[in-house]
Amino acid sequence: MIEIRIHGRGGQGNVAAAYILASAAFQDGRHSQAFPNFGAERRGAPVTAFVRIAEQPFSRRCQVLNPAFLIVQDEALLHIPGVTDGLLAGGGILVNSTSTTELLREQTGLNIVALSANALARKILGRPVPNTALLSAFLSLTGMISIDALVKGLEQRFKGEVLDRNTQLVNEAAQLVQVGLWKEINHAANA
Amino acid sequence: MPQMLEGSQALARAVALCRPQVVAAYPITPQTHIVENISKLVADGKLHCELISVESEFSAASVVLGAAAAGSRAYTASSSQGILLMSEVLYSIAGLRIPLVLTCANRAVGAPLSIWNDQQDSMAVRDAGWIQIYCADNQEAVDATIQAYRIAERTELPVMICVDGFVLTHTLEQIEMPSQEQVDGFLPDFQFSRALNPANPISIGTLVSPDYFSEVRHSHHQALLNAQVEIQSADADWAAVSGRSGGGLLSVEGDPAAKVGILSLGSVIGTLRDALGEYPDAGPAKLIKLRTFRPFPEEALREACAGLTDLVVLERALSPGSGGIIGTEVRAAFAGRSDMPRVHNFAVGLGGRDIPLDIYPRLMAAVKSPSGASFAIFDANLDRLPEADR
Amino acid sequence: MSETTIPLSELRRKQPRFSGLESGHRACLGCGQALAARLVTESAGPDVMLANATGCLEVFTTPWPESAWRLPWLHSLFENAGAIASGMEAALKAQGKATKVIAMGGDGSTFDIGFQALSGMLERNHNVLYVCYDNEAYMNTGIQRSSSTPHAASTTTSPVGKERMGKRHLKKDIIQIIAAHNIAYAATASVAYPSDIRKKVRRALAIEGATFLQIHAPCPLGWGHDGAVSIEVARLAVQSGLFPLIELERGELTGAMPLRTPKPVSAYLKMQQRFGHLFKNDPRALEELEHLQAIADHNIEIYHLRGDGEDALDSEGADTVRRGGIRWA
Repeated sequence: MIEIRIHGRGGQGNVAAAYILASAAFQDGRHSQAFPNFGAERRGAPVTAFVRIAEQPFSRRCQVLNPAFLIVQDEALLHIPGVTDGLLAGGGILVNSTSTTELLREQTGLNIVALSANALARKILGRPVPNTALLSAFLSLTGMISIDALVKGLEQRFKGEVLDRNTQLVNEAAQLVQVGLWKEINHAANA
Repeated sequence: MPQMLEGSQALARAVALCRPQVVAAYPITPQTHIVENISKLVADGKLHCELISVESEFSAASVVLGAAAAGSRAYTASSSQGILLMSEVLYSIAGLRIPLVLTCANRAVGAPLSIWNDQQDSMAVRDAGWIQIYCADNQEAVDATIQAYRIAERTELPVMICVDGFVLTHTLEQIEMPSQEQVDGFLPDFQFSRALNPANPISIGTLVSPDYFSEVRHSHHQALLNAQVEIQSADADWAAVSGRSGGGLLSVEGDPAAKVGILSLGSVIGTLRDALGEYPDAGPAKLIKLRTFRPFPEEALREACAGLTDLVVLERALSPGSGGIIGTEVRAAFAGRSDMPRVHNFAVGLGGRDIPLDIYPRLMAAVKSPSGASFAIFDANLDRLPEADR
Repeated sequence: MSETTIPLSELRRKQPRFSGLESGHRACLGCGQALAARLVTESAGPDVMLANATGCLEVFTTPWPESAWRLPWLHSLFENAGAIASGMEAALKAQGKATKVIAMGGDGSTFDIGFQALSGMLERNHNVLYVCYDNEAYMNTGIQRSSSTPHAASTTTSPVGKERMGKRHLKKDIIQIIAAHNIAYAATASVAYPSDIRKKVRRALAIEGATFLQIHAPCPLGWGHDGAVSIEVARLAVQSGLFPLIELERGELTGAMPLRTPKPVSAYLKMQQRFGHLFKNDPRALEELEHLQAIADHNIEIYHLRGDGEDALDSEGADTVRRGGIRWA
């Protein structure tokens, strides 16, 4: 079972990201679950969502305490205490950031990959909504689910031109990170 | 064909499949997505019903009472403060024996103000005379909602379907939505023998003097006890249609030879189920999933507990100044009998506190070294409280 | 400038103000209600007691263990602010204290679930100022319609769809219902006119008896606009005639802010996504725009809002958010 925690701010589509990821896993024939760390949401307030993906059915509903991966939709959140709590040893952190991977690794000592998702989204979607780019990069890094399955997941939520643009975004973002870099972490966590 | 749906979304579709003619909506977290999804179905012409956005939960319950009394299948949903505000109407609905279905998206009751999940709200109205069914996952919630209309209309008792707020309502998971044909085949058109009708006028809700009251109460109480039959047959018949059973009144899983049982209800069952597998050394244990709380299935409970030396009753509410609610009723089911297990009664996850997987080994350890207290809030961190408050 | 001259901007900055609501609360960017609550409590001063209904305000100001209030404050339920305030007022009266009670609720609480308690409070003429922060929907629970939601607005329970163009019913005319209780003072106000709010709060608090203030307060999330333009949106609501600023005493109209040049309702509506469907190519949309313009025109007529010429107190002059307006200290 792979457990993922997604950290974002209210208004960034944190819950949507979790739902899309879980849907993509389902399209790929897995069992999955997604839910937010419910709260009285306010635009800009830190929010968290959880995703579980497994080969076999499962029924637990507790919060994800030991994620194998974190997706951080806003790099300022990296500095909030508790964001990296419970991350499995060697776990990967994908951060929406304008800094480079090398710089962030140096600064934090964490197993980070940076993606300038806002800029990419602004370019293709016209709005700095980082989700689809981040999800695509995440799948590219881990190899856990095919990009096609992600696109199928998007088809559940978008259509027409919005779907086309998001598909384009997905394809571009997948190439911007080192494909398969986290394959090992993925396998180890799934064992 | 299974699909990934948010719990609320699935529930809204289940309600739509039952073809209600009147839906009353008043928003309260975490039930909001249910009524929002229904609103969208109506706005898109996919559900034809009178959707009434009322001005309070008290009115929501009153609207559906009036609608059912006037001969229409009706629906509403609420949580927490809303359930409490409509409680007077809930007593009225049940006492008048009006067939209705209501979703309670379980949430803690203030004060203190909390929007998070526990079951104090539905427990607070356990004496109102409604049937109460608790769902362990969203598939069960969908199936139970459909069954509920049949149960309500056959027993002339209102049914409250309890679904843990946020934990179920806001979780995206795999659900198999039944087809309209399946539901139409299972649920006939709304039938209410005492619906108001100018062609055959009757008076509903009259003043009942001491000369008659006790018999009316007996009749209601007996109807609830008898409803156990209808609840089980609805589940069995729906299983024949859908291939899925919710477990009737209650169901048992885990090690059949175990001497320790854990009884609980609602979504925590899912976590406990996985935990039994994750911590094999903590067991062996039986998991007893209570599905029907009202009527309280005494006989089925005693059967399920046969051979147990210890029974953990894990609940999501309490009666301050007394202790556990379900625990107290479980003990009463065994009162004066020789087959009573040692009952370890705990409340957990109050106000939405997360219940992690390791609750299971910790509960099993507590069984081995009981504190002697008849009830405790298991996951309260007493160190945070001043000495005098512990 | 000589050493004895102080620039007005600096004087204003140094002007002592009572702060009843501190910063650091969790409101969204551009929240109209947060601004309104700050203005109300500033003008009220320290000798007040607050009864706050459930809603955004109490949630974003009091996340345990913090509170943003510097005034005695109580939240109980969604529907009872009017009754809680009545009880507070009765106690203070029995104790012979002059502390004034202010009840606060959103439109959901005031127009809908708490209306009964409010009506009772007004009928018994408790010495309470009731402030309604009107953002036109149940925002705290995620943008569901209330009876204050304007006609044709899209909310999650009055969504736009094949068979619907948003909310079917009209915005409840709460101020007239309140005025029909014959109380000494009932008024509408808007966060785009902060000095007007201050003036009306002080006026109301000086009265012995029940008073009511409805403050129009944009919700960027619920209305669908950027937080940075909340004031502009609120101003257009007033200038279009859709939200007239009026005063009613014992049921009679005694004051109204004239509109120097009424703006077309479309100028107001097109700034908000909740009315976005009215600007699509749809014949129903044109019909709804006409309805809304008719509502505005009707307000302008019955409240005699059409100003003649320039007036320092009209919708352009009274505006102190922009330069050059009149300040009511």
